[in-house]
Amino acid sequence: MSAAPPSLQGNRACALAAIAAGCRFFAGYPITPSSEIAETMSRELPRVGGVFIQMEDEMGSLAAVIGASFGGVKAMTATSGPGFSLMQEHLGYAAMTEVPCVIVDVMRGGPSTGMPTRPAQGDLMQARWGTHGDHPIVALAPASVQEVYSETIRAFNLAERLRTPVVVLFDEVVAHLLEPVTLPAPESIVVAERKWASGDERDFHPFAETDDLVPPMARPGDGLRVHATGLTHTADGFPTQQPGLAGKAAQRLIDKIERHRAEIERFETAQTEDADFVIVAVGIVARAARRAVADLRAEGIKAGLLRPITLWPFPERAMREAAARARRVLAAEMNAGQLALEVERLAGAPGKVARLNRIDGEPIAPAEIVAKIRELAADG
Amino acid sequence: MDDVVSPPFEVRDYLRLGMMPHFMCPGCGHGVALRALLWAVHELELDKNKLAVVSGIGCSGRVGAYVDANTFHTTHGRPLAFATGLKLARPDLTVVVITGDGDCLAIGGNHLIHACRRNLDLTCLMLNNEVYGMTGGQASPTTALGYFTTTTPDGNFEPAFDACALAEAAGASFVGREVTRQAPALKAVIKAAIAHKGFAFVEAMSDCTEIYGRKNDLGESPEMMLSQKSAMRPAKPGAAGGEPFAPHRLRGGVLVERDRPEYGAVYRARADRLMAGEKR
Repeated sequence: MSAAPPSLQGNRACALAAIAAGCRFFAGYPITPSSEIAETMSRELPRVGGVFIQMEDEMGSLAAVIGASFGGVKAMTATSGPGFSLMQEHLGYAAMTEVPCVIVDVMRGGPSTGMPTRPAQGDLMQARWGTHGDHPIVALAPASVQEVYSETIRAFNLAERLRTPVVVLFDEVVAHLLEPVTLPAPESIVVAERKWASGDERDFHPFAETDDLVPPMARPGDGLRVHATGLTHTADGFPTQQPGLAGKAAQRLIDKIERHRAEIERFETAQTEDADFVIVAVGIVARAARRAVADLRAEGIKAGLLRPITLWPFPERAMREAAARARRVLAAEMNAGQLALEVERLAGAPGKVARLNRIDGEPIAPAEIVAKIRELAADG
Repeated sequence: MDDVVSPPFEVRDYLRLGMMPHFMCPGCGHGVALRALLWAVHELELDKNKLAVVSGIGCSGRVGAYVDANTFHTTHGRPLAFATGLKLARPDLTVVVITGDGDCLAIGGNHLIHACRRNLDLTCLMLNNEVYGMTGGQASPTTALGYFTTTTPDGNFEPAFDACALAEAAGASFVGREVTRQAPALKAVIKAAIAHKGFAFVEAMSDCTEIYGRKNDLGESPEMMLSQKSAMRPAKPGAAGGEPFAPHRLRGGVLVERDRPEYGAVYRARADRLMAGEKR
């Protein structure tokens, strides 16, 4: 078949990818600019034997998703900034109880109600630190409709493999872009399944420190009657406040993600090897940056791009290496400077990192990045 | 009543004995309510492997962990939302929610009314002790007028909810209430609630002897339980504030039992038709 690939909207691609990844439960609450994800799910899920439910709010949405996942069904919700704020408690609960789930946050202008139909990247740090307490998180930041499709599938696979909530972050532009997408043949899609405990294990410890730090999960009805709690708990699942045990339990959650960093990390570099100026950007801004790199190279300025696709955990080594070779690093983002904090932490010399920000509801154009790099080049 | 003689009930068969001693204060009614729940489970001959107990936060939230079943101690006010996802994903499970007056009526009130409206096949057992016990005795949405708590040092002036009237108005297809003093009666209501197909709300009038009782000179557990048997606490003489929504004298037993389409069955029937290719 040589037919042109169909054009898909980012939000719709996200929903179809979720179903392709095995998602059979969606709970959500209407919010712009993510609503097409819920709308698509409401139509498609019952047709594949899954369940869609519109909940009374975002707390209830993520709670229902976690409940479904406790039951053994792959589950997802989708929202935008205000709803993502309301979901933070349950994001922490999912991390603590190690329940696989996917939370899509289509970013719009903030703070508060902000600009519901305008793009932004204001939730990068909320995705990392929005819920209270020290916790691990995985967050993916696709930049195209094609990548929304592939990263949503990867989000489910990481969630299931590592028993962790995974956040998929993209901005309103990517959500509403219509782009040609090559959908993979269903049989070619790699779908990961959760590690299940068999029902007849004696002295089963549902939160045991296994070699890969990912304990197998007990499915209700299989015979292992286990307890899950958001309280700090020991390997048997029951609460503890003993310092030795409590610290160990919290640390394993953090170590679990760090241990699997190689599997989780994904980033794109473009011409960073000889770049004097490295631009760091995610989402739609990274696409502007890619164009800016080409334009700058054409006029003799050696520019390059580092684009984290996995935003959290941040690609620390790639960032350090790219920054070490560069004269200056530019963090370009649709917020007042969030990615920049991470870039500055890793770039070495103080003052090496410049910032380019927009918080007015408009995406950053390639020409703005070109102008900023020219300015940095002229500085010497 | 029943011709069939139930096998003898041994509560230990349904408890995680490794969790003992339990955390409840002497005189607390929550243990009686838990026993009544397990008694109902026993008489219904439910498979423990297929029983899920979902609880929220507070004294009531901690009760679920003692049940030898699939137990989920979730977040404050949200156990009904967790249970909604679990039951929709796993209709083969019997899902019982244990919640409290603060958990269910304050922070979780929105989830309660929508669970009543949807009529998904869940049982919600609300342990009403009229106070936030776990956090030290603050006023709850069911604290009676004029009563003292740590946040109503001059007496409560907010009217209390009648939780059963609320559940009925919101559409619950089964509503019941009993006092912990009458464990067999409470067991019977819970048993009927679990057997009911649809959303079932049961209010168990519990007593918080250590905090609420002490602060209001309500006596020891027997006195508190006796006063619950005859009435919801009337407003203290001279209490400021408006009339409570709740009538002073609350009815017990099964208050509402009606046939309404069960959400999960409706959803699955629709999905089956859609999968078979039926057009809208």
